[in-house]
Amino acid sequence: MSQTFDAIILGGGPAGYVCAIRSAQLGLKVAVVERDKLGGVCVNVGCIPSKALLHSAYVANLVRHDAKTLGVTVGAVTLDFGTAIKHSRQVSDQNSKGVGFLMKKHGVTVIAGTGTLRKGKTVTVDGKTYTASKAVVIATGTRVKGLPQIGLELNKSTVISTDDALFLPMVPSSVAIVGAGAVGCEFADIFNAFGSAVTLIEVLPQILPLEDQESAAALAKSFQKRKITMMTGAKVSGANVADTSVTLDVEAGGSRRTVTVDTVLMAAGRALNTEGVGFDSAGVQLTDGGFVKVDANLRTTADGVYAIGDIAGPPMLAHKGSREGVFVAEVIAGKTPHPIRYDNIPSVTYCHPEVASIGLSEAQCKERKLDYVVGRFPFSANGRARATMETDGFVKILRDSRYGEILGAHIVASHASELIHELVVARENEYTVEEIDLAVHAHPTLSEAVAEAALDSLGRVIHT
Amino acid sequence: MATKVLMEALSPTMEEGKVLSWLKREGDTVSSGEVLAEVETDKAVMELQARGSGVLRKILAGDGATVEVGSIVGIIAAADEDIGSLLQADPSKQAPPQAEAAKPAASRPPPKPESPAMAAAATTAPPSAGRVKASPLARRLAEDRGLELAGVSGSGPGGRIVKRDVERAAIRPLPVAAGTSSGYEDVELSQIRKTIAKRLVQSLGPIPHFFLTTEVDMERAADARAHLNGLDDGPRISFNDIILKAVAAALTQHRDCNAWWLDGKIRYFNEVHLSVAVAVQDGLITPVIRNAHMKSLRQIAAESRELADRARNRKLTPEEYTGGTFSVSNLGMFDIDQFTGVINPPEAGLIAVGSIAEKPVVVDADVTVRRRMRLTMSCDHRVIDGATGARFLQTVRRMLENPLAIVW
Repeated sequence: MSQTFDAIILGGGPAGYVCAIRSAQLGLKVAVVERDKLGGVCVNVGCIPSKALLHSAYVANLVRHDAKTLGVTVGAVTLDFGTAIKHSRQVSDQNSKGVGFLMKKHGVTVIAGTGTLRKGKTVTVDGKTYTASKAVVIATGTRVKGLPQIGLELNKSTVISTDDALFLPMVPSSVAIVGAGAVGCEFADIFNAFGSAVTLIEVLPQILPLEDQESAAALAKSFQKRKITMMTGAKVSGANVADTSVTLDVEAGGSRRTVTVDTVLMAAGRALNTEGVGFDSAGVQLTDGGFVKVDANLRTTADGVYAIGDIAGPPMLAHKGSREGVFVAEVIAGKTPHPIRYDNIPSVTYCHPEVASIGLSEAQCKERKLDYVVGRFPFSANGRARATMETDGFVKILRDSRYGEILGAHIVASHASELIHELVVARENEYTVEEIDLAVHAHPTLSEAVAEAALDSLGRVIHT
Repeated sequence: MATKVLMEALSPTMEEGKVLSWLKREGDTVSSGEVLAEVETDKAVMELQARGSGVLRKILAGDGATVEVGSIVGIIAAADEDIGSLLQADPSKQAPPQAEAAKPAASRPPPKPESPAMAAAATTAPPSAGRVKASPLARRLAEDRGLELAGVSGSGPGGRIVKRDVERAAIRPLPVAAGTSSGYEDVELSQIRKTIAKRLVQSLGPIPHFFLTTEVDMERAADARAHLNGLDDGPRISFNDIILKAVAAALTQHRDCNAWWLDGKIRYFNEVHLSVAVAVQDGLITPVIRNAHMKSLRQIAAESRELADRARNRKLTPEEYTGGTFSVSNLGMFDIDQFTGVINPPEAGLIAVGSIAEKPVVVDADVTVRRRMRLTMSCDHRVIDGATGARFLQTVRRMLENPLAIVW
């Protein structure tokens, strides 16, 4: 006897659970299958707990460095990573429970266990069969991975993943982080603040390889001040894993070096959860890159089966997955949702200073031979930033020289993650730099730097 | 995405159309290209086709209503799409009854300046009616390209016009030239051209026509045709095919006659796309032979036959009867000696072909009988001046009188 739903969603992460809520709002009878905790990687071992730890790192740096100048003298500072972890776990658990509450509120059935896709919009979980009358949505996401081919197999002690790092009782005295994308840079920030000697290793020529070169350089400068060692254009070619240490062979700039550390944190890429989900037998094909093959409406090659989130392709970001969840829910409910603008999804790295961007980098503008103008404004010239002693960073806007279209925007700042959205909204609605300037910005705010950068691109900057 | 169903100019001279009967009802599913309604134009009963797919949600001009070209007569949208904003967005465009006098321009809401830079441009191109929902970027692009936003259908939220809509609308009128930036050259109007245009329009109506007639000796063309048709069993070549070939070849030498009159500029084409008038049961349609200057006589013969057949069976797609750069109309088969054709805007010229008849003519001081044909060229005086048209017609005549010149 099988239970029937309108839609069954495999995976309760930010793509899956949002899809479930939107489906329920549209009157569909929905089930979410989740083998672990609701909220997925994001809530439990990703975005959310790492933000808690980054705030601990921020406070650690604040009390040690700037507090005195601000008139607050503290005694001997004691750092306790275990307590920071405990706080981060509380935040995660709270959020995961919150997702559970939302499922109840919207009447979404949560099925605990590993779902396997069968032919004909059917899913089995622990021997029980569930049938979807309208659609099955795959939102199985990704998981951490090591690099066993060069001897870096995850072992939970000397070679760890971010999943492990988020539960460490104390920071390692020295750590090498392989991969300097957003995750690698965030952990470099956390470990450094709590006293680890951090070496950040990136195979591409800059840290934050996907960000604008200027943003990466600004963060690198800040990391350098904090004595984080960075090796870019550096390839880990081998590893010797001992009981309490790891020695990495690193090739960079034609020379070979060895780096010996207590712990290696693997932060280079994630593995897709496509195995054992029954894709083959259900007729769900994968792309050459291993993602689930989807069309513009996120339909897979199997009839009535959709895919959303990380599994459906890059960028692997929670907010991209959530939007896809809403989109697919509306498609399933027979609506015609507004198409997702994949070129207008913000990317944010939450270390200090934060790095955020939308649209094209300057290198991409050059590559596409676009006729563009750059507008910049440094936070060193911003009153609010001076007041809080957070003058690192800038706003950089790339605009089309003819029409003022915002081609890309890059922010390095203490609150870049919040500042970027003015530009996200602007781009989504096709406002030009002139509309950014025409909107009056409150004084004194960090946001003024956004308006000033827009003005700078028009040759009319006021405060520099 | 909602699509406005507009009363289209279904004949070159049509300014308003009468909806005879809707073939689809509100709530019917329609797909792009399907016939929505029968419309009586100034000339004939034509079909109004769907330009988008979805559900015919609203009929704004019922059976019997007469509305101006460009008015909204219906809305096609998704079944559950909110079209309320679309209905309100453009009230003055909603099929005003014919009896209503044209509103004086002064009653229009003044254009809303977006910025000082835009204000200047806006006064030269006031929006035709009401508030148009468009993104700032779309407005700038449209302004830069001289495009009226009121005529663009929006694909953004609530039917808002966004960048891609303007980009699409900007290329729509020239499907043949899309992607080939060298396919034509836009020349901004000089002051004298503007004044000529204004004065001629005042005196002669929307298109200031003038006509040039020449008589062509068709002896050699007739011989050539007979030889060619005797060669093998390929498609039979008609006199009209030879005329088309000659006109196409001549236009490559006279680009100043291969042009469009557009609002504020003249577009000269490097490619020749010939509109060929075909009589259909209750009207006239002009399928287009694309790149006629690059096609052999045999290709032209085959293609014109095929297009004419489908025109008579009403199987032409809009792309097949739009985008021409010059027209040829032939009433020779009806024993018409000579006639003047009506220009097919935005084209600037048309050649009307009369019958070929044996006539006594003086050749080398002797009266002999020759096969003769009269060509009458209609010119849009805003684009083509008398001598310009005359030189072109002379080239056509010389080519027909010595067919080898076509390949010269």
